[in-house]
Amino acid sequence: MNKQRAHLKAGWTGAMQASGTGAVLAGLALLAGLAGLTAPVAAQAQNLVARSASYEVEDALAGIFKAIETNKLDQALEKVEALITARPNYRLAYLIKGDLLLARAFPIRGMGAMPGGPAGKISDLRDEALQRLRAYREKPQADQIPRYLLQMRPDQKHAVVVDTKKSRLYVYANDNGRPRFVADYYMTHGKNGIDKMREGDQKTPLGVYYVTSHLPKAKLADIYGAGAFPINYPNDWDKRQGRGGHGIWLHGVPADTFARAPLASDGCVALSNADFEMMGKNIDPGRTPVIISDQIEWLSLDNWNTERQALLAAVEKWRRDWESRDSDAYLSHYARNFSGDGMSLKQWSERKRQINAGKEWIKVQIGNMDMFRYPGREEMVVITFQQDYQSSNLSNAMKKRLYWIKEGGSWKIVDEGAA
Amino acid sequence: MTFSPGSRSGARALRLVFATLFVLAATSARADEVGDIGKLLRAGQNDQALQKVDAYLATKPKDAQGRFLKGLILTEQNKTADAIGIFSKLTEDYPELPEPYNNLAVLYAGQGQYEKARQALEMAIRTHPSYATAHENLGDVYAKLASQAYDKALSLDSSNATAQTKLAMVKELIGSGNRARTGGTQTAAVKPLPGSSTAPAPASTPPGKDAKGAAPAAATPAAPAPAPAAPAKGGGDESAVAAAVNAWAAAWAKRDVPGYLAAYGKDFKAPKGESRAGWEAGRKQRIEGASRIDVKVSNLKIDFKDANTAVAKFRQDYKSNVTSANSAKTLVMSKAGGSWQIVEERSGG
Repeated sequence: MNKQRAHLKAGWTGAMQASGTGAVLAGLALLAGLAGLTAPVAAQAQNLVARSASYEVEDALAGIFKAIETNKLDQALEKVEALITARPNYRLAYLIKGDLLLARAFPIRGMGAMPGGPAGKISDLRDEALQRLRAYREKPQADQIPRYLLQMRPDQKHAVVVDTKKSRLYVYANDNGRPRFVADYYMTHGKNGIDKMREGDQKTPLGVYYVTSHLPKAKLADIYGAGAFPINYPNDWDKRQGRGGHGIWLHGVPADTFARAPLASDGCVALSNADFEMMGKNIDPGRTPVIISDQIEWLSLDNWNTERQALLAAVEKWRRDWESRDSDAYLSHYARNFSGDGMSLKQWSERKRQINAGKEWIKVQIGNMDMFRYPGREEMVVITFQQDYQSSNLSNAMKKRLYWIKEGGSWKIVDEGAA
Repeated sequence: MTFSPGSRSGARALRLVFATLFVLAATSARADEVGDIGKLLRAGQNDQALQKVDAYLATKPKDAQGRFLKGLILTEQNKTADAIGIFSKLTEDYPELPEPYNNLAVLYAGQGQYEKARQALEMAIRTHPSYATAHENLGDVYAKLASQAYDKALSLDSSNATAQTKLAMVKELIGSGNRARTGGTQTAAVKPLPGSSTAPAPASTPPGKDAKGAAPAAATPAAPAPAPAAPAKGGGDESAVAAAVNAWAAAWAKRDVPGYLAAYGKDFKAPKGESRAGWEAGRKQRIEGASRIDVKVSNLKIDFKDANTAVAKFRQDYKSNVTSANSAKTLVMSKAGGSWQIVEERSGG
């Protein structure tokens, strides 16, 4: 059987090679790199927390690929059959099983070697395999924090961060203000990728959102699987950008499949049902932030601290300058292309100077604040807090949201409004 | 489930039918009896064959040859469950014999029980690692299982899962002692020789050589090489088509009417709009009417129209005690359930 083993191995590795572009190198590296070093590290990190269905499946896939790499095809088949027993609707496992069986009858040329098989569906499964194995290999280090999570509110027990490039959703716990890794899951996003602009574009929005409610399985069609958590797309910033559409949810998958392809939804984020249920335990509608990014940048604890201290200082300076009734100092915190309450920077400045002139004193208190870096090309941070405003002639309390951008090296407010 | 004499392994198997049946027989009297039953079976007289074999087994209930034949007869009669019972019991009583495992697998596969078929074939190979027929059948079963897995992977509508895989039934039981001694008298070790009109002598394979492992380049007689690098249109079936053509010619030359007629598929169009039954009767009369027939096939060229259709063109040198003719012949072959059968026959260029 040696020739056939060689055929399978060459075929699979070749297929990774032939699929072109960067994914290929990753595929090769991934196949080669699965053996040895990476797996134990990942397993170790994962031992500390509950095991997701994603982790179990990826651990099994890694074992199968390693068996194939080392020509232990019988062992690979046993492993894939065990995986199918554990996850009877796992299509990727059936594809690999088909390959391993077909390789016993004929030399095969690549992953998904079914003669005349539907190319689109096969490449979907191949993409899923690559994404899963890459994520399995590149687990975040325990001392790394996603750059987006600058500050969570005390009542936000968890935050969700999505990395569409890696087809991955991460859950972080609020550990006395410091984000702590809880779990990560394979996820599906829009057929046409990211950067949602309009209704029906089948893209997933990038941004900082909040879960608004929970829709139980019983109220939903089968396609949503175990349930759904709608998020508040489009948010203020999206509207300001002219982004449209609605109904972006986190949800499960239909009963007839364990997972969907990396790019398969109409813009929603879909998890396998087991993962969705596990994640759901950490979701608190109305509170839990969901940050959807194209790519996560990871910070060391030190860098994370430095970055958030700089921002907290900018916010504090803005608050004090507002209290000082020094309009020039106060207005120096606003960006040139600022807009707020429908006003341009010029209109805003005139109005604030007018108000400040009529006041004897102002007191501003800020509390219950969260602060998230905003995904996208621009450097931007969104801060939401409870604002208690008191002055000689007016008082009010409100929930406020400020968008800050970097302008001339310092943080400036580009948008201000009620949250 | 039928014998499918036209199937690639079946064709080879036919040539050796009963040639070595006598190994397990202690006396020539028994051999005669078993041989008679075999003849009846081959002639399609299944009811008489069953009567005879039952009578034979009444005196020798443990006899492997007799039970094996009974399994074959029941298979011919489409009594699949009974046949499975017979072969299954044979595997228990004679676990060292690969043939009952093979035939059990063929019957399971016919029922769509491919996992059971796989297990039985793996047992056949475990007992005899170089058993080429079982290897071939196992290849087909693996391909079938793969196709089922792919259907699930790609949520296909199992349209191709309904097509049954036709595996090769083994029709003779070869004593393990004999097999071990000669090292290569299994059915599949026989390569059909173009133009040969008599049953060829078994070609021997190096003992213990894995027929599948030898596949791609090394064309051992045992390997019906599944065209390694270029599956193209024919899917590596050229040798299978050639085997089917040669088996057809050989059956004709042996005046084996059932074997000859079985080479024609159910879609075969008889010439001049004649009915199938009428045409068959005519052929039977012609063939049995000759006391000697010699058919040689030469310059065989095979073209694939698609994966399941092949056109075989060759020179046909026909000689009998009545007449002789050398002519161009074209056979349009169609692959149905894994075996190649004639759907059209034309003489002349």
